[in-house]
Amino acid sequence: MIIAEKKPIEEIIQEVKDFDRILILGCNECVTVCEAGGKKEVEVLASVLRMYFMAQGQEKTIGERTLERQCDHEYLEEIRNIIDDYDAVVSLACGVGVQFAAEKYLTTPLLPGVNTICLGANEDRGLWTERCQACGTCVLARTGGICPVSRCAKRVLNGPCGGSTNGKCEISKDTDCAWQLIIDRLKALDKMDDYEKVAPVKDWSTDRAGGPRTVIREDVKI
Amino acid sequence: MRLKIPTDFRIVRLPCTGKIDIIHILRAFEKGADGLYVVGCMEGDCHFNEGNFQARKRVEQAAGILDKIGVGGERVKMYNLSSGEGPLFAQYSMEMVNKIKELGPSPVKLAKQRMQKKADAA
Repeated sequence: MIIAEKKPIEEIIQEVKDFDRILILGCNECVTVCEAGGKKEVEVLASVLRMYFMAQGQEKTIGERTLERQCDHEYLEEIRNIIDDYDAVVSLACGVGVQFAAEKYLTTPLLPGVNTICLGANEDRGLWTERCQACGTCVLARTGGICPVSRCAKRVLNGPCGGSTNGKCEISKDTDCAWQLIIDRLKALDKMDDYEKVAPVKDWSTDRAGGPRTVIREDVKI
Repeated sequence: MRLKIPTDFRIVRLPCTGKIDIIHILRAFEKGADGLYVVGCMEGDCHFNEGNFQARKRVEQAAGILDKIGVGGERVKMYNLSSGEGPLFAQYSMEMVNKIKELGPSPVKLAKQRMQKKADAA
């Protein structure tokens, strides 16, 4: 899922201070799971903003709404009849949701309430870690299900490099060497022969280097 | 025990302090509370193992938020005691009430009152 982090409250206050009617718009998907932009976070942010501006002697209208998703037309349409009641929207969705809402409602300023971090897993309570960089050409089949693109600092495809010590990466003693994990996993799978095969040059044109990406599926189009 | 406690606070009963959420604390201030304190079981004695530790974390988070928005984080506090410590409960309630009186009304409450007066005058 997409992992996001709440923006500092000071930054949000700074962004919204010039607007009188503000809608806090949450998203029920990834940002709810990583506790950055769901219904609960919408309630907290709205309450905090109301109190802050009240204490400053400013009367502002702070609305709350949480959509099923902000990356889909049908759910974003749900706010069409209320969007004109507000001068600005603080979207607690990931960068995708903020942009999609901004494209849909051209005349309303859309402000991000979270920082979108990565595609990751919910490893433990309060711990989210990156697992995928959406490079567009998956190599997991030959790396024992462990991604060298997202988990190796150098994105080495035939590793490990010389910076791997005792299973840790040279960038930090807390970061596992992805290639150590790959070797351990290939050993467990009894597939160490695969490790000997040199990986071909990867097609990076499907990565961000090739510009914004699009998926077109004629078979599911209506 | 017939202990004397101040009449300035309202008790909200919870099944466990672990039930409390930041939004409950914030809503209390939004509605005009001057202070709030959470009284949980002794640390290590939680029937649900860690309810009181979770409550303490949330109280601390709420205090951080209230500090940032100028309401004052010192207006929220977490206390721990056992169910047999009635005198300590009374002591904590006096301590908190005195502290809030010292700090004065919450800026949110004052602002609400000002707005109400303005609305009444209009």
